[in-house]
Amino acid sequence: MELLLFNAFNGLIQGVFYALMALGLALILSLNSVINMAHGGFLVIGAYLAYTLTPYLGFWGALIVGPILAGGIGLIVERILIRPLYKRTDPIYSLLLTFGLALIIEDMTRTIWGPQGLPIEVPDIINSPVSEVYFFITGYRLFVIGITAAAAIGLYLLLRYTLLGIRIRAGTRDIETTSALGVNIYMLRALNFGFGCAFAGLAGVLASGVLGLTPPMGNSLIMPSFVAIIIGGVGSLFGAVCGGLIIGLAAGIVTTYYPAASEAVIYLMMLIVLVVRPRGLFGEEGLFE
Amino acid sequence: MKRVLAIAVMWIVLIALPLWLPMIGGYTALGSKILIYAMATMGLNLVLGFTGGLSFGQAAYFGLGAYGAGMTLKYLALSTPLAILVGTLVGGLAATILGPLVMRRRGIYFAMITIAIGQLFYFVMVRWNNVTGGEDGLAGFSRQDIHLGPIDIPILSSGSAFYYLVLLCFTIAVAIMWTILQSPLGHTWVAIRENRRRMEFLGIRVERYVWAAFAIAGFITAFAGTLNAMLFNFASPQDLHWILSGNFVIMIILGGMRSFFGPLIGVIIFVVAQDYLSSVTENWMTFIGMIFVFIVLVFPKGVLGIFNRRAEAV
Repeated sequence: MELLLFNAFNGLIQGVFYALMALGLALILSLNSVINMAHGGFLVIGAYLAYTLTPYLGFWGALIVGPILAGGIGLIVERILIRPLYKRTDPIYSLLLTFGLALIIEDMTRTIWGPQGLPIEVPDIINSPVSEVYFFITGYRLFVIGITAAAAIGLYLLLRYTLLGIRIRAGTRDIETTSALGVNIYMLRALNFGFGCAFAGLAGVLASGVLGLTPPMGNSLIMPSFVAIIIGGVGSLFGAVCGGLIIGLAAGIVTTYYPAASEAVIYLMMLIVLVVRPRGLFGEEGLFE
Repeated sequence: MKRVLAIAVMWIVLIALPLWLPMIGGYTALGSKILIYAMATMGLNLVLGFTGGLSFGQAAYFGLGAYGAGMTLKYLALSTPLAILVGTLVGGLAATILGPLVMRRRGIYFAMITIAIGQLFYFVMVRWNNVTGGEDGLAGFSRQDIHLGPIDIPILSSGSAFYYLVLLCFTIAVAIMWTILQSPLGHTWVAIRENRRRMEFLGIRVERYVWAAFAIAGFITAFAGTLNAMLFNFASPQDLHWILSGNFVIMIILGGMRSFFGPLIGVIIFVVAQDYLSSVTENWMTFIGMIFVFIVLVFPKGVLGIFNRRAEAV
């Protein structure tokens, strides 16, 4: 029983990272119509920059600055590389371009920071176990859950109540009409891409404290995030978060009984959802097709 | 007429390849690899370029073919033709069974689902350690000489003999694909690509045609995968990885996705570039990534697209 709880909680933490990744991916997917294969790359950028800046800014400063820098690099990438592709209707080009970026970023991190995993120092205040029986519930893990929840709620409030958020949602519905109403959709899409990358960066900084810091970590987290979006339903941010948590939890529970299938189960769940409810749990029919 | 001549020249060059490739510093296995990847990408192009489905997980069926052939040789029987048959069936049937899940989807959704499905097989092969060799890949088997009655074809010891087997398979695959594309089935695919909704209004069951394209592409890619396993006498989890899927797609774009032989051109350029880059620099992945970015931004229509544009202008 304790083993089950232990694995389920581990899975939940993993799911939190999937959810954060999926949230950024889904944002970019819905407004920019880009499958950002380089999302794992932005995660790695955020995590490594935070690692490099920790000696100067401390853990807390790096936690804030890392994601912001990842978002900033996202803005630059969007401006130079992604923007020329919006007018091409075939999504294959943005997919391939971000794919190439993913290769470049992984390789460059390996060259700059080395192929070995780097140790992450988490402050003692938040790193001690909360309970003696449930030793695996460390303060840091609860902290990860808290920060993620805060970020998700913040995004929700932004989209729901601010002018920028309303414009982003309108653009998701109908980009041409939004543009005709006088909204600068280039600016809108750029900001949105930056937000998405910042979420990836945040996931990276948080994940490096749990999973360690290695160059391929981003590219191993990105596939489950796709699955999270498909299970949650394309077009639904809430669905993406739920999808991430569900597959993380499922993988954790399966680890208890049959560890070898802990990754495969994620994809099997996706197949089941596709058969039973093709649009996903919270998705809308006919979006992005 | 010009076309027939070009294709005849191409085949002569391919048949003579074991003679001239070593002279310019290549090796015969590189020629085999190019033909194998050309089969896989031309098969994938039936979905990608001709039906208009953004399939981004094709390496799964390539890898299934490779593992199918390797496991047949290792555990079942020492027979090259049987290994090819089993591997092709495993990969092809997997694509056929999964086809209904993707055939209703289009565009971005189609791409995401095909990518994610591909990962399922990757993890099965990596985690099913005791049978598949896990992360280290499946080794401990080798291709077997082919016995045609009294004649022995020594494909195991002779790389050139194996190359001719690959060339034979390539020719068969090309003939099959060419015939299909000339048939009503092939014309329907192109029509679906050009205007899916109109085809639906005409009463064509579009989904079934997309399914057919996906399944046939799966069979041909798996066929190529079996040969890949026997070329190296090794099947690697990398054969199923989404990075290879992406490489397949960029090879097609590089050559030109609207033309039948376009992928072959793309494969030649990409495989030779990869082979060269990985021998001169550790950062070859960065260069491959830059090739991706460069092609997308500058040559979206591929090498053959440039030639066609010139022909149109004249």
